Amino acid sequence: MSERRFPPVTELAMLSLALIVAGGIYLSSHIPNHVPLAPAVILLAGSTALLAGNLVALSRVRDFAWDRFFQVAKWSLLGYLVIAGSVEYVFLQNHLKGGPLVVLTLSLVVFAVHVPTLVGFTVARFYEPEPVG
Amino acid sequence: MVEVTAPLPPAAGPAAAGPIEVPDFEVVPRKGLVLVGVLLGLLVAAIAVNKLWPLEFLHVASGAAWTIIDLFLGLVLGPIMGRMSPPARVEFTTKLMPKMLLIMPTVVTLTLAAGWQLANKLGTVLSSYPNHGWVVASFIVVGVMSVIALGLLEPANIAVLVELKKRRPNPDVIERLMKRFVYSAGILGLMQIATLVIMTKLRTG
Repeated sequence: MSERRFPPVTELAMLSLALIVAGGIYLSSHIPNHVPLAPAVILLAGSTALLAGNLVALSRVRDFAWDRFFQVAKWSLLGYLVIAGSVEYVFLQNHLKGGPLVVLTLSLVVFAVHVPTLVGFTVARFYEPEPVG
Repeated sequence: MVEVTAPLPPAAGPAAAGPIEVPDFEVVPRKGLVLVGVLLGLLVAAIAVNKLWPLEFLHVASGAAWTIIDLFLGLVLGPIMGRMSPPARVEFTTKLMPKMLLIMPTVVTLTLAAGWQLANKLGTVLSSYPNHGWVVASFIVVGVMSVIALGLLEPANIAVLVELKKRRPNPDVIERLMKRFVYSAGILGLMQIATLVIMTKLRTG
C-alpha cells in the first residue's frame, strides 16, 4: 500500500465536530434559562473555520481521486442532510427560536457538510486505479 | 453470484495460500432503504403527535438496539473477526458491513430525535430537573460517541465496502480500515456502559 502524505483531514474534522457538539451541549444544558450565546458562537466559528481549512487543504492535494471522492460524498451528503433535517424538525417542533435556533441550525449545516467530506476523503485517500487486465 | 478475487495479505499464514473470493454485494442495500424510510416516517409522526408512548417506544427500542449492537460488535464480534481467516473475514464483512451502514445511522437518529422530544415532554431536559447533572452527562457521553462514530467508524465502514467492491481489493487497505472500525466499535462499546449507568439512574431517579 502506498503511503502518501495527506493533510490531517480526519483529525481536523473530528475536532470540528467536537466543537459543535460542545456548543450544542452548552446550549441544551441551560434550557430554559437565558444563556449567553457568545461561547456557542465562538465554538461554531471555530468549527466552521476548521471545515473551511479542511476544504482548502483538500483542494490542494495533487492527484487526488476526486471522482471517487464526489461519488461517495454526494450520497453521503444526502444521507446526512436527512439526519440533520430530522434533528432540525425536532428543534422546530419544540418552538426553539432566535439565537439558539440559528446557532444550532448552522451547527447542523457544518455537521451535514463535514461528515460527507470526511467519508469521501477516507474512501478517496486509499483509492488506487486498478491495473488493466 | 458474481465473485471477484483479491490477493491475500502477506501475513495471512498458511491458510492464505490462494486468492480471496469476494462475494457480490450492495454497498447500500436498496431494500433496506425502504425500511429506513418507514422508520424515519414513524419518527416524524411520533414527534408530530407528541404522545408519550410512541416517543418512549422509539427512544427505548432504538436506544437499546444502539447500545446492544455497539456492545456486541465492539466486545464480542470484533475480537472474533480479528481471529477469523482472511477469506472468512472478507465474506463476513461483505454481509455485515452493508447492513451496519443503514442500521447505525438510523438507530442513532431515532434514539436522539425521539429522546430529545421525550425529554422536552417530560421536562427532564430542563435545568430545574433534579437529576439535571446526569442528563448533561448523557449529552457528553453521546457527544463523544458521535464524534468517534462519525469521524472514525462510519468513514471506515464505507471505505472498506468501496475497497471490497474493486475487482482487486487491496488487502492492506482492508486490514487497516477494519482495524480502525473494530477498535472504534470497541471504544463505543465501552462507552455504552456509561450510557446504561446514566439511563438507569435517570429512570430510577
